[in-house]
Amino acid sequence: MPTSPDAVLRAEGISKSFGGNRVLSDVNLTLQKGELVCLLGISGAGKTTLFNILSGLMRPDGGHVYAYGEEITGVPGKISYMLQKDLLLPFRTVLDNVALPLILRGTPKKEAREQAAAHFARFGLAGTEKKYPDKLSGGMRQRAALLRTYLASDGIALLDEPFSALDTITKGAIHEWYLDIMRDIELTTLFITHDVDEAVKLSDRVCILGGSPGTIFAEIPVEEPRPRAHDFMLGETFLHYKRQIFEALQI
Amino acid sequence: MTKKLQSITSKASPLAALLVVLALWAAATGFQWVPAFMLPTPGAVVRAFAADFPLLLSHAGVTLCEAFLGLALGVSLAFVLASLMNRFAFLYKALYPVLVITQTIPTIAVAPLLVLWMGFGMAPKVTLVVITTFFPIAVSLLDGFRSADADAVNLLRSMGAGRFKIFRHVLVPSALGSFFAGLKVSASYAVVGAVVAEWLGGFEGLGVYMTRVQKAYAFDKMFSVILFITLISLLLMWGVTLLRYLVMPWERKEKQTV
Repeated sequence: MPTSPDAVLRAEGISKSFGGNRVLSDVNLTLQKGELVCLLGISGAGKTTLFNILSGLMRPDGGHVYAYGEEITGVPGKISYMLQKDLLLPFRTVLDNVALPLILRGTPKKEAREQAAAHFARFGLAGTEKKYPDKLSGGMRQRAALLRTYLASDGIALLDEPFSALDTITKGAIHEWYLDIMRDIELTTLFITHDVDEAVKLSDRVCILGGSPGTIFAEIPVEEPRPRAHDFMLGETFLHYKRQIFEALQI
Repeated sequence: MTKKLQSITSKASPLAALLVVLALWAAATGFQWVPAFMLPTPGAVVRAFAADFPLLLSHAGVTLCEAFLGLALGVSLAFVLASLMNRFAFLYKALYPVLVITQTIPTIAVAPLLVLWMGFGMAPKVTLVVITTFFPIAVSLLDGFRSADADAVNLLRSMGAGRFKIFRHVLVPSALGSFFAGLKVSASYAVVGAVVAEWLGGFEGLGVYMTRVQKAYAFDKMFSVILFITLISLLLMWGVTLLRYLVMPWERKEKQTV
């Protein structure tokens, strides 16, 4: 089935059961190029299952996944997936961690390192190339993991609660930075969060996944210009979006 | 400051214990609590060691050759088997109990059989070393593979990596720490294994030399061989520690990285 030329990622009628227990039912989702969409939902609504399916790690019982119009259902390696933990391998230097997706694709080691190193400054990682991950701060580890995710991606990244382990101040700084870098590198992002504030602050659209079995039952566009004003999170518009989300979540 | 003091005391206490043992030994022989022909003085052992050193060295060459060959074969075999057992669950289920059973067979009981089967050459010695070193390595590798982070495996899968790449980039490095722990044990087993096999027959090697001096009731020489074997084992264990330091640079503390 042909998809619109702008749709970078498209999921159609995804359903999945585990041992007779239906987790996802008829999930539909489309991401346009450069969009940042947030998947918000109650715990256990099947968000991680959906991510596993989109990334190709898991095959859905029904439905299809397309990237740039090409079917990739059950095929890993097309869409990069960053898990909640930063998962930097402790036995590789930061540079070798970041270069790993390139090496796995068959790029010679030296070339992969050069390609990866070229991005270090922009990701605020200059000087960490030869260090091992345990020597880095939480924020830096997260940025390194994001860089690796970017290098693994074909322009599409799935992030599973990428910022949840960071403290408020680090989180605030990394949010700004991420929005900046995303625009720079034209990355399309779908990310999971439990944090309604984070969802409104970052995304172009908030999709709410819920119910049993889980499905996307509300989509709330956040039509605010970027970069958002400094006092955006303190203003009336912000609360307006937040209220909409709470109503959809029926809290 | 206190840390420095702690490191001094932590090094001083085993040294003190060693000195106490030596002093007791010197006293026992010096005051003739034990007859001199049964227990030589520490001085006599050192003299015998110095006098026999060239001879000990040439025998040690043979023993070490057997030990290294056996260790290398044992490690390779263990690596192949552990990899296969990790890959195929049915192999794991089938072979793990067998592995444990082989470990309960006493080495000394098998050695004479090996000599009968393989003669007095190097083969039975190397085989015995393989048998003794294989198990600790195989088990430590298996545990190491299983200790790999399942999420890291999934991450590599999401990057499109197949089984072999996951094995090479996640499982093997994850298993290194426990592999070296096993290798340290195996390295000392290897020397002891070779010596035990030599006792039962052969033409050269530290074990052969030991049985010779034993038959001559040359206690000072026996002690000097024991001392020598101990030194070799310690050296090998230290070598493993060094190898681990070189192969696993991420384990080093900040200060140690140059």
